[in-house]
Amino acid sequence: MSMTSEEIFEKVQENLVDALGVDDDEVTLQSTLMGDLGAESIDFLDIVFRLEKEFDIQIPREELFPAEAMMGNSELVQDGKVTAAGIAQFKETMPHVDFSEFEADPDINKITDLFTVESIVKFIAGKIN
Amino acid sequence: MRWFWIDKFIEFEPGKRAVAVKNVTLAEEHLHDHYQAYPVMPESLMIEGMAQTGGILVGQIRNFKEKVLLAKIGKAKFFEMVRPGDQLYYEAEFDNIADEAASIKGTITCGDTLIAEISMLFSHVDNNMAGVEFPEENFVFNEQFMNQLTHYLPKEYKQSN
Repeated sequence: MSMTSEEIFEKVQENLVDALGVDDDEVTLQSTLMGDLGAESIDFLDIVFRLEKEFDIQIPREELFPAEAMMGNSELVQDGKVTAAGIAQFKETMPHVDFSEFEADPDINKITDLFTVESIVKFIAGKIN
Repeated sequence: MRWFWIDKFIEFEPGKRAVAVKNVTLAEEHLHDHYQAYPVMPESLMIEGMAQTGGILVGQIRNFKEKVLLAKIGKAKFFEMVRPGDQLYYEAEFDNIADEAASIKGTITCGDTLIAEISMLFSHVDNNMAGVEFPEENFVFNEQFMNQLTHYLPKEYKQSN
């Protein structure tokens, strides 16, 4: 099954509208899941379940949203900042996420801004194409 | 006393679906105030009934070892009111399961009438609430509950276990 980014976006958008109770025009490629769309921890599981069904793929949770598991590791996070080693690991485990802005100020509180709708679209594209 | 909002299971296909019955009666005191002149079953309690039907379906998959708590109601649409004397069928269909959570889709019917469509997500709290400590004992599926469950489940299911 091969799909264009636009086709994937449309389906992701539909599922986020249902999972988060937002309007479809609120879901743009740039929207952040937590900041803009108000997703909470349980919503991430809901989103994973929906995307698995929609695209008929398996999504290990730590693959799409791996940052949570790394938060408690002191080699990767120190004094509220993600270390160089942490960023290197993030990049390796999350090739679907754009880290360019985050690298300039790797504040741990900004980590949630990395999870945009676009990062999901890229992740799905990597899985199915 | 446990908070029971289903009366018994009439079908239980492990890992697939479960159907529970709820008989609504005017002996339930809450109906006297909801509402005095026109008693109707509160929709919130039907959601609880579906959570119990679905929660047991989901809990059985991992042999009642997980603490299964209702975490999110994805959908709850009600089409008709429910009155004393009505017999409700809660049908929960297994949807998905992961280490941290599971989901079901359900319908509530009364005879041929569709009362509600409900979908919900359950959290396996030990695996999902990183850093939050819960008692080791399973307070969801505790001994009293499991005893009740043996009376609840259909004969065929009990025999095969």
